[in-house]
Amino acid sequence: MPVITYRQALNDALAEELERDENVVVMGEEVAEYNGAYKITEGLWKRFGDKRVVDTPISEAGFIGLGVGAAMMGLRPVMELMFWSFAYVAYDQIINNAGCVRYMSGGLINCPLVIRGPANGGTNVGATHSHTPENFLANTPGLKVVSPATPYDAKGLMKAAIRDNDPVCVMENTLLYGDQGEVPEGEYIIPIGVADIKREGTDVSLIAHGRAVLTALAAAHRLHEEFNISAEVVDLRSIRPLDQETVLNSVRKTHRAVLVDENKPFCGVSAQIASMIQEHVFDDLDAPVQRVCSLDAPAIYSPPLEALQLPTADRIIQKVLAIS
Amino acid sequence: MSVTRAEKPKKTGRNPVDYAKAPINADLTKEQKLGFLADMLRIRRFEQASLKLYQQGKMGGFLHLYIGQESVAVGTLALMGDHDHAITAYRDHGHALVVGMSMNECMAELLGKATGCSKGKGGSMHFFAPDKNFWGGHGIVAGQTPLGLGIAYALKYKDLKGCCLTYIGDGAVNQGVYHESLNLASLWDIPVVYIIENNQYSMGTSLARSSAIKSCLAERAEGYKIDWDIVNGEDLYEVRAKTWDAIERAHEKCRPTVLEIDTYRYYGHSVADANAKKYRKPEEIEFYKQNHDPITLWENRLKEEGILDEAELKKVDEAAKKEAAAAVQFAEDSPFPEPEDIFSDIYYEVDMGTESGQTGRHFFND
Ligand SMILES: Cc1ncc(C[n+]2csc(CCOP(=O)(O)OP(=O)(O)O)c2C)c(N)n1
Ligand SMILES: [Mg+2]
Repeated sequence: MPVITYRQALNDALAEELERDENVVVMGEEVAEYNGAYKITEGLWKRFGDKRVVDTPISEAGFIGLGVGAAMMGLRPVMELMFWSFAYVAYDQIINNAGCVRYMSGGLINCPLVIRGPANGGTNVGATHSHTPENFLANTPGLKVVSPATPYDAKGLMKAAIRDNDPVCVMENTLLYGDQGEVPEGEYIIPIGVADIKREGTDVSLIAHGRAVLTALAAAHRLHEEFNISAEVVDLRSIRPLDQETVLNSVRKTHRAVLVDENKPFCGVSAQIASMIQEHVFDDLDAPVQRVCSLDAPAIYSPPLEALQLPTADRIIQKVLAIS
Repeated sequence: MSVTRAEKPKKTGRNPVDYAKAPINADLTKEQKLGFLADMLRIRRFEQASLKLYQQGKMGGFLHLYIGQESVAVGTLALMGDHDHAITAYRDHGHALVVGMSMNECMAELLGKATGCSKGKGGSMHFFAPDKNFWGGHGIVAGQTPLGLGIAYALKYKDLKGCCLTYIGDGAVNQGVYHESLNLASLWDIPVVYIIENNQYSMGTSLARSSAIKSCLAERAEGYKIDWDIVNGEDLYEVRAKTWDAIERAHEKCRPTVLEIDTYRYYGHSVADANAKKYRKPEEIEFYKQNHDPITLWENRLKEEGILDEAELKKVDEAAKKEAAAAVQFAEDSPFPEPEDIFSDIYYEVDMGTESGQTGRHFFND
């Protein structure tokens, strides 16, 4: 199977969907002539031209709102946010318009919109550029939120997002763009709302999404090597809809759960998962559910400290050992 | 580019320019002119009936009445062709009725009934009829301004000769997203027509207290190289003539326009607005009612033209009242939505039972 980068996987997904459906239009700051701030859209403008790949001025509220209006009319805009952190100036358009228009119109209008871009800390760009708003977005019924951790998932989920008839927020990660992984040639789709067991195990479930999945995998490796503990790693892949059964089944099997989440702890994604586990499989638990989140402060700039602020394999291992 | 506010026709006396002779008006038939009267009266009678329901405690939330502004919706929306679309803010009843939504579905929506245009899920501020090219009904001030832009963008993308009439208030022009939208509209040659319904107040704040340029709001379009005009909203002929210019500019040149239409609301910002008479004098409201009522002025105009008499007027008005009364009956007789309806119309894929709608958990109640 070919090995390509996460970046290339996203690029392939966009190119294939642009090719397949003339209603798909890619839009955002620097996506066309500059080839993308993070080069996700490299070559697309040259290949598909001005109509299909569109550079916008720096007007997130304006162009995301434009995308919502165009989606209501049947286009399938794929809007790039240079950082998901910049969504905050477009929140009204995302939450009130994309998220609520179907409901408020009694189902008369739908909004097949994709908003995508990186949502991660860990790149020493300070608090304003390091937000992870997947929890805020998933809090709005009407929006869907996915968070791929691997090149394979990135391509399959991006294609599913573009074909979905509801607004989908794709949370990418600048630290993953250069990661390599196996991606089959040819067409495949990963349904939104299906989790993936990234590593099988029997003693504890590490449940994560996005880059935290890789941190969990690193921890699982060391738990096995150093402590002979068999950790299962559950990759949520999609936050909303959420594959509840896969999560619960894993906990039913291992009886222990450590949730790994680059979100902040307060009302973060893992808070929802923890609530769900205690509600549905309380009797299966042999220990309290533990969480390893980003430390609860704005993202610090100082490079060595920011590395500690995000979930680390060390912190995961400590939590696992504490309940083993 | 356009007239300045200093040249604007004074609000008293007859308009110095006779817009009845404008090409878009010259060939109007008697039936069409009476139709405009009927539509304005339908809006007024519908809203008066809804006000009664509100006062009887049968409605929740806000009720923003359009009464006094009827000539704007009727004058502009009646010009819509097959590929022309419209979107507005929360003061949306008038627009809804003019694009052809029924009084029944609108009244039922006000009462939160399952037969309402949004099945009772939207309420007064959120009426929609995409089959009639009407995209709402939006509760966040200026939130609809980029949506109108996107609708027009999609028209251009699909090579359709159309435009999107995008309505906003005089207070909404101070929102950033409106200005982002203007810049995009001009930069990309988008066939959108922004129509500022200047009723002189945003809630209790007068224009003088909200706009740095007090004499004119449309003029801000200069900053984006967008054509603009100001319109005397009480003259239906002028509203039509100037809106048609804007629509033609959108159709023929794919260029945006900003129109500022002067108008006036008689009731408070919403019916719950207890301060309605504090930020403006009762005499001011009375003055507008006596001298600038768009319906009365249109009636007078049609009488002068010899196509309306008291008997005909009574007939049209009675029909509007009857239609409104029947809508109240319909709404009152209609059922409320069922509790399980809370969970439909959120995700298309779930409602349609598609594969994508069945993977994963979409709702998290317990
Ligand atoms: C973003 C936002 N801020 C404030 C409000 C509350 N609000 C609703 S209408 C309104 C006044 C708007 O006035 P204007 O734009 O002139 O429209 P009009 O009500 O006169 O039709 C305000 C402040 C809101 N709905 N949305
Ligand atoms: Mg106003």
